[in-house]
Amino acid sequence: MFATAVVALLITMALTLARALMGPTLFDRLLAVNSFGTKTVLLIAVYGFMTGRPDFLDIALVYALINFVGTIAVLKFFEYDDLGSGAYQEDDF
Amino acid sequence: METLVVVVLLTFLAITAIGIIVLRDLLGAVILLGLYSFIAAGAFVVLDAVDVAFTEAAVGSGISTILFLGALSFTKHEQKKRGHDSFVALLFVVVTGALLIYGTLDMPHFGRIDSPAQTHPDLAVRFIEQSGSEVGPPNIVTSVLASYRGYDTLGETLVVFAAGIAVLSLLGLKRRRPEDDMPEDTPDHLPGDPLSGNANENQTHY
Repeated sequence: MFATAVVALLITMALTLARALMGPTLFDRLLAVNSFGTKTVLLIAVYGFMTGRPDFLDIALVYALINFVGTIAVLKFFEYDDLGSGAYQEDDF
Repeated sequence: METLVVVVLLTFLAITAIGIIVLRDLLGAVILLGLYSFIAAGAFVVLDAVDVAFTEAAVGSGISTILFLGALSFTKHEQKKRGHDSFVALLFVVVTGALLIYGTLDMPHFGRIDSPAQTHPDLAVRFIEQSGSEVGPPNIVTSVLASYRGYDTLGETLVVFAAGIAVLSLLGLKRRRPEDDMPEDTPDHLPGDPLSGNANENQTHY
């Protein structure tokens, strides 16, 4: 059962990878990369249960957090075209 | 099953690398680099190198994406078209890669029982049996990294620290100006559309 889930996840990862590589706009790529990260989290979790090491779940959770950080950074760059200058804060909030 | 997962992940890795090379849009390439690190980290987890996978995910997918984006705010979003043919560079890379692969042929095969690290009379057995009482942490890899080869790790940290200081001193530490000339630099226009590639608008205060 876990093996089937792993194969299904790998197929999904291939599909999102194709979108990330072909994606006409940057937002397609970003969304594909973000959901690929989610698929990696799921793959690690399912793989851990398949091989009898459910403590991989913790690793999967940390991956979810890191995936979030990267996406937030890229989105901030989209919005302000710049990182960490701090000068936009009075204007935009 | 494990072999299948590893092979598929490594195939994804190769495809992503080719995609990054082909892509001319630098912001897209940065996004794909995060994807690359994520695939590599997943492969490391499947190969049981969890600590390496953590480092790869945190450094490759987390901080270096941010660093690349910071660098990208200083430059254009589009890769410049190269006029000349970089055949010599390709030749050098291929030769170096071939030499490196040739160098790995002497090493013991992955997971071999009779590799030197396994057959050494004291090493592995001692770490497994004694590290709990000698050092403490239940994770043997941590004990080896932080205690048995602690001087080596200290040296690595020193090298990285020195490199960081060198880079900072080259770039110049006095980037922040005093607070009173900040308002002049504050952009009051709308930030440009990131897709149109006008990256060099609001950089004066950076």
